[in-house]
Amino acid sequence: MLRYFTKRLIFLIPVLLGVSIVIFAIVHLAPGDPAEVMLGPSATQEDIGKLREQLGLTKPLYVQYWIFLTNALKGDLGRSIKSNAPVLEEILERFPATLTLASLGMLFAITVGLPLGVLAALKQNTWVDALCSFFALVGFSIPNFWVGLMLMLLLSITIPILPSSGFDSWKNLIMPTIVLGIQTMAVIARMTRSSMLEVIRQDYVRTARAKGISDRLVLTRHILTNVMIPVVTIAGIYFGHSLGGVVITETIFSIPGLGRLIVDAIRAQDYPVVQGGVLFFALCVGIVNLLVDLLYAVLDPRIKAQYRSAK
Amino acid sequence: MKDTLLEIKDLNVIYKTYEGTVAAVNGVDFALDRGKTLGLVGESGAGKTTTALSIMGLVPSPPGIIQRGRVTFAGQDLLTLPEKDMKKIRGNRISMIFQDPMTSLNPVLSVGLQISEALVAHQNLSEAEAERKAAEMLEKVQIPGARYREYPHEFSGGMRQRVVIAMALACNPRLIIADEPTTALDVTIQAQVLELMRSLKEEFATAMIMITHDLGVVGEVCDDVAVMYAGRIVEMGSLDQIFGNAMHPYTLGLFRCIPDIEEESSTIHPIEGLMPEPLDLPKGCPFHPRCPQCMEVCRQVVPEACEDNGHRVLCHLFGGGERRA
Ligand SMILES: Nc1ncnc2c1ncn2[C@@H]1O[C@H](COP(=O)(O)OP(=O)(O)OP(=O)(O)O)[C@@H](O)[C@H]1O
Ligand SMILES: [Mg+2]
Repeated sequence: MLRYFTKRLIFLIPVLLGVSIVIFAIVHLAPGDPAEVMLGPSATQEDIGKLREQLGLTKPLYVQYWIFLTNALKGDLGRSIKSNAPVLEEILERFPATLTLASLGMLFAITVGLPLGVLAALKQNTWVDALCSFFALVGFSIPNFWVGLMLMLLLSITIPILPSSGFDSWKNLIMPTIVLGIQTMAVIARMTRSSMLEVIRQDYVRTARAKGISDRLVLTRHILTNVMIPVVTIAGIYFGHSLGGVVITETIFSIPGLGRLIVDAIRAQDYPVVQGGVLFFALCVGIVNLLVDLLYAVLDPRIKAQYRSAK
Repeated sequence: MKDTLLEIKDLNVIYKTYEGTVAAVNGVDFALDRGKTLGLVGESGAGKTTTALSIMGLVPSPPGIIQRGRVTFAGQDLLTLPEKDMKKIRGNRISMIFQDPMTSLNPVLSVGLQISEALVAHQNLSEAEAERKAAEMLEKVQIPGARYREYPHEFSGGMRQRVVIAMALACNPRLIIADEPTTALDVTIQAQVLELMRSLKEEFATAMIMITHDLGVVGEVCDDVAVMYAGRIVEMGSLDQIFGNAMHPYTLGLFRCIPDIEEESSTIHPIEGLMPEPLDLPKGCPFHPRCPQCMEVCRQVVPEACEDNGHRVLCHLFGGGERRA
């Protein structure tokens, strides 16, 4: 099993390599010259040329990429053009906020979405089901930036109970958590409902009932454990998806996280930060996927057996 | 009937579906004595499983509705029993073995846990005691107790069915309902599992309802036989009565369906036609469209049961206890 995961970890390398090539190409083929940006409009052509030399921008692209790659492998993502601080340092400084936000969003999505789906399935075709499904549909359909703005309008301006920006207290986290988690919540609720309806009519649930054990045990031990398997899949996929939402959420609520860092860097044409930030995101998504696979093995002994036999 | 364990009277069950009302069970009557085995035979869709689920109080609802009838088990009327009390009977005093061992075990729970659950629920055993007892049950069905912690996918079909049997016997029930326990298994494994069930039934002195469409199985394990057709028991009697002196044209047809190995020609004589859709049963005797001895009265009037020395038959050919044809 350990071997399976070591192998999976090694497979992450080509993925990251691919991402690094793509992001490097986009950043370097985009119009705009970082040297010009750094020196401002008053700089002479000569100064700009010198700086380009210094930054290594005059070398052929593949040489530049090679330098970037070998340095990145050593943990050196270069220095920010804007602040001159090491990029990795900037990323690590911003990462806790993003991690907190993403985790809270996921937590929100699961703790609300799962019970909602279970409830809808248990009350199939009643008004409870209709209400839950409606709620899920709405949560899925409205764009999250709009949710963010509406929440802000309601809870920061009309009834000012929550701060609209910053990252100092738990109060700052409430709205961003909802904005980030609402779509995943909706997806989880719908997945849970359909998975429940599928599992409930399985023979093994009838077998469990025939044993005369309590309804609660049938639900938690026999039904939910099986329901969780597809739900975890979808949650894993949407976790990567919601990292995209992090960028929007951090921007709306002025949270100093990784998403904001990258957005600001793009505006400032601070290409080392953009490259490094995106690569870091890709690494996070890869690791989350790996954790999801690990969770599968915990939930489903058949998958565990597969992992075991896969050398 | 001196020592009746289970008595079913006039049981009627319907399923309300979008296509209409399915009359799955239409007035089933039978009784079973302690320790005896009743074979319940009939084609697919005859209502065998529905009858069994009614006894267990597990008819899926919706769409199922038990309209009428009484199910008396050891003096208690099960159909009016509150769910709370029914739970104490299910898996404890009556247990059920389902048709397909590949799907009737939960894939994400160890077989040991699935056996011990009933013990924990009904016998107030601690987890550890239940575990020990469950391992013992595994040994009883010839699976090493050490495989307690393994999962269903690690067992073959025949072993899984043995696990299900261990599960059903765990609390030493008075009645086991086995719903086609061997249909999904291949022939050699079928024989093993049947033999195992028979010996365990003896050991535990349990009564059994053996649901099957295989008359060979019935001949091997049953004391009494009930033949079911379109939700009714059309003929019932002791094994000798049914095998030696079958009366109902449907039962006779079933016997003709058994391929005779001794005979040179391997012609099987299936009963012509299909069982009627329970959505719209024909008027009169439900078997009349397929019956080779159909009379005018059969098209119009539902036959009444007539009984002779415990041999009951539901057919217009027989009335007043004597053969007319
Ligand atoms: N959940 C259900 N919803 C609707 N109709 C059902 C349901 N379960 C059974 N039926 C119908 O009730 C009738 C009797 O079904 P039942 O399962 O009791 O038959 P059976 O004798 O056990 O058949 P088999 O040998 O195929 O298991 C069939 O016509 C079937 O289609
Ligand atoms: Mg059946």
